[in-house]
Amino acid sequence: MIVGERKPFDEIVGFVRDCKKILIAGCNECVTVCCAGGKKEVGILSSALKMAFSKEGKDLEVKEVTLERQCDPEYVQQLSEYYDQYDAIVSMACGVGVQELAMSYQDKLVFPALNTNFMGASQGQGVWEERCQGCGACVLGRTGGLCPIARCAKSLLNGPCGGSMNGKCEISKDVDCVWQLIIDRLTGLNQLQMLEDIFPVKDWSCAGHGGPRKVVREDLKS
Amino acid sequence: MKSGSNLERILESGHFAVCAEAGPPKGSSPKVIQKKGGPLKSCCDAVNVTDNQTAIVRMSSISGCVLLKELGLEPVLQMVVRDRNRLALQSDLLGAAALGIRNVLCLSGDHQKFGNHPTAKGVYDIDSIQFLQMVKTMRDEHKFINGEDISGDVPFFIGAAANPFADPFEFRVTRLAKKINAGADFIQTQGIFDVAKFVEWMKMVRDRGLHERTHILAGLIPMKSVGMARYMRNNVPGLSVPKVLVDRMADSKDPKEEGVKICVEAIEQLTDVEGVHGVHVMAVAWEDIVPRIVEEAGLMPRPVV
Repeated sequence: MIVGERKPFDEIVGFVRDCKKILIAGCNECVTVCCAGGKKEVGILSSALKMAFSKEGKDLEVKEVTLERQCDPEYVQQLSEYYDQYDAIVSMACGVGVQELAMSYQDKLVFPALNTNFMGASQGQGVWEERCQGCGACVLGRTGGLCPIARCAKSLLNGPCGGSMNGKCEISKDVDCVWQLIIDRLTGLNQLQMLEDIFPVKDWSCAGHGGPRKVVREDLKS
Repeated sequence: MKSGSNLERILESGHFAVCAEAGPPKGSSPKVIQKKGGPLKSCCDAVNVTDNQTAIVRMSSISGCVLLKELGLEPVLQMVVRDRNRLALQSDLLGAAALGIRNVLCLSGDHQKFGNHPTAKGVYDIDSIQFLQMVKTMRDEHKFINGEDISGDVPFFIGAAANPFADPFEFRVTRLAKKINAGADFIQTQGIFDVAKFVEWMKMVRDRGLHERTHILAGLIPMKSVGMARYMRNNVPGLSVPKVLVDRMADSKDPKEEGVKICVEAIEQLTDVEGVHGVHVMAVAWEDIVPRIVEEAGLMPRPVV
């Protein structure tokens, strides 16, 4: 899932300081699962903003709505009937959702309430870790199913570097050395010979260094 | 001869090589590197010039190499893939070749997090092994990494680093093999304090015949104080400093002398290890101790080949 976390409250207050009526839009997908921008968090942000405004002697009217997905025009369109009654939209989706709202509602200010962190997985209550950088050319078939692009601090394809100690990365004792994990896993699978060959230079163009990316499936286009 | 460098000639003729290291300054004065180079001239076959070591911005490695060359020393150009993409690396290699630099050490580089620009984007477009392959292709096939032709020669003696003390221990030999397959003519190891572990690693290296396919130079870091010993033992990832050495430094009335003694003892042990073809003395901020260490280790005078 895409993992995000709410921005500092004061930053959000700064966005909507001059508004009288705002629409807060949550998203029922990833950010609901990572407890950052679902229905519950929309309610909490709404109450907090109203309270902050009232402390300053101002009124704030908030419409709370949580869309099924903000990354899909079909659901984003659901705001079209009433969005114009509000001074601004605060999106609690990931950066994708914020932009879908902004592009759908050209005449309305749209603000992000979250910082979008990464594509990752839950590692227990309240803990998420990065797993994928969407590099566009998956290497997991050659690395035991564990990603050195997303999980090695240097994205080494022929690791581990000289800083790997006791299974940890040199940048922090809290970060596993993914190359240690890869080697352990391939050793267990009796496939360590996979790492004998030099992994060739990677094409980073499909990883975003070739400009914004787009996928077109001719077979699905209408 | 691949490059005709002094280091290559020394190693290929079967002599035991001695390298040292000179780090460029955080400033523009040529005097700093010249001062470091002076005492190293007669006791070393080649001197590494570090490349923004520990991710701290310094005078460029190429400039440092040229300054040493002007003094009559032979430089080893260190290059890290942290700060340059494949275009910049190849461009700098051509420039280094034009300036008469004949040795290059291909490295990943310490992560930018450790340096003085921790928010910088680390480039890591290619990794150190791919970098070795690239330099070899440039030298042997006169081709850039994209397959286009290079005009003129790119005569480098190609080096790589190896750390026998990082984890996972057994895989370190595989990674060394990859570096050799990629093009490493010589290897400079991480600083060795735990000689027994290094000897164990060298046995694994010999078991795969790798010692016959590259020149391994054993790395040494002379210790100046017990504080330095403790810091390296506790804080530097990839270094293994046995407690007994920290204790020796702590118990000594003259820690600098003890540091020299420990270093010379290690060299004496390492020269006896089959497959070790030289030493690389990294006397960080203590370059002027190197002549004494080389002398006491019985490695003077340096051969002229």
